[in-house]
Amino acid sequence: MKPQLSLENVFVDFERDGVISSVLDNVSLTVNSGEYISIIGHSGCGKSTLLNVVAGLVPLTLGAALLDNKEITGPGPDRAVVFQNHSLLPWMTVYENVRLAVDKIFGGKETMSQLHRRAMRNLELVKMDHAAKKRPSEISGGMKQRVGIARALAMEPKVLLLDEPFGALDALTRGHLQDTVMELHARINATVMMITHDVDEAVLLADKVVMMTNGPKATIGKVIDVRCPRPRSRLTAYDDPEFMRCRQEIVSFLEAHDRVKTPEPI
Amino acid sequence: MPFDFMKKPEAPIQTAPSIDRSVLLNAAQKKQIEAAKLRKAGDRISTVILPVLTIGIALGIWEAVSRVMPGGLPGPSQIWADSQELILNPFFDRGGVDKGLFWHVLTSLSRVGIGFSLAAVCGVLLGAFIGTVGWARKGFDPIFQVLRTVPPLAWLPISLAMLREAQPSALFVIFITSIWPIVINTAVGVRNIPQDYINVARVLRLHPIEFFFKIMLPAATPHIFTGLRIGIGMSWLAIVASEMLLGGVGIGFFIWDQYNSSRMSDIIVALAWVGLVGFALDRLVAGLGNIVSRGTAAD
Repeated sequence: MKPQLSLENVFVDFERDGVISSVLDNVSLTVNSGEYISIIGHSGCGKSTLLNVVAGLVPLTLGAALLDNKEITGPGPDRAVVFQNHSLLPWMTVYENVRLAVDKIFGGKETMSQLHRRAMRNLELVKMDHAAKKRPSEISGGMKQRVGIARALAMEPKVLLLDEPFGALDALTRGHLQDTVMELHARINATVMMITHDVDEAVLLADKVVMMTNGPKATIGKVIDVRCPRPRSRLTAYDDPEFMRCRQEIVSFLEAHDRVKTPEPI
Repeated sequence: MPFDFMKKPEAPIQTAPSIDRSVLLNAAQKKQIEAAKLRKAGDRISTVILPVLTIGIALGIWEAVSRVMPGGLPGPSQIWADSQELILNPFFDRGGVDKGLFWHVLTSLSRVGIGFSLAAVCGVLLGAFIGTVGWARKGFDPIFQVLRTVPPLAWLPISLAMLREAQPSALFVIFITSIWPIVINTAVGVRNIPQDYINVARVLRLHPIEFFFKIMLPAATPHIFTGLRIGIGMSWLAIVASEMLLGGVGIGFFIWDQYNSSRMSDIIVALAWVGLVGFALDRLVAGLGNIVSRGTAAD
């Protein structure tokens, strides 16, 4: 396996009202092609910033982010993002939302009917082809997130970035979507980077779980490999000692980093 | 074979026997439902009756006052007697400026149409620029805030001096009074585009022109239409006032002309037209906004 994505000594500082705060402090990470990694940590620890660095949406202050040995300098369709709150454009139908991505990436190279089939195929992948003509406001939160995933997949990205994709969903819908994502990952074998704050979710989906220390100045605290065999099932996961071992390690890490370091006001 | 809507399903679907709900209701509940229905009907009637009633009372008071104090404003019956032709036949055309009110209003509306359309296009483009570029907003906003408070008629001398002719001056006055609310509201709408939509555009690497048409315009549509609605109201204000001074055909000039020939009744009829057309314009833009921005609101 060759590393597809690598972060080398990444520092990210934000400036607000003239005060500079360091969000990420010396983060180094490599992700192999086809690998599924989860990034877990307490709220506000900079998980999303890390994902946004890979997406190219946040510029890094120091260090380098490389995709296939090329420096990431800005956002691009080779790193598709599924945003936490789906971010579908509400004035477009489900189909048009996916088609926007399809047209942008493949517009010059394929005929209209090919583009149409491509959009429909991606909606079928997430089982949303039946709602193609609906607007985002007419479908449920889980369905919106499915469409968000379809839109990201339609770009045929090298890396799929999931920013707490199931965070806003109820437990039942969340479970269904986790199954969908596992299935898709097995099928298209994409490299996936997922932000989550759910321990079970992190272990169930990932090959590698990256644990982050609390911000500010967050960095990677620990990385563990999840060696559970695939395909995995939510139903039997708890019977697997490897699953429980990983779960245990993450929970104790999070417990140890429980207290968020906030400077005391003087 | 085409799908046959009338065809019965092969096996009847087993469902619980349907029960007529009304059987289960007791007398008190039925009474309650009846009362609710009555209240709803009452609401509907009152929305029609009340305005008619208030208009009737107002006309009555007006009539009474004009009879008690003759020589002032003509009362409704006097207006009817004086201006019957003007009210009943808005379409006559005897050449020159002796035309029915419809033609005067049409001329005014066409001026508003041209001036306002120009203002809408320029206002949205300018607003989009101001809303996107940080320094432009800081630099221009104070100027706009001052300019938008300048009353329409105050622009007229400048525009006459600049353009030297009545028609383009009227258009300029409409343009310059209606553009500011459009610019300011569009800028607010553009500035408030959710970061998520911008991120989607960045990941897709949308071209600035694609971004303008596919993200910026639809996202800012509700704000843009707020601006357009204020703008159309202001241009109607502006045209009536500026036509009074510029002359020719047009509802504003008509009012001024009737004033000079001391035909108060005609003026009042024209005022009613101005009010109704202004109201219709406002509703038109609001309705258009509702249709266009359907589905643009995020959930």
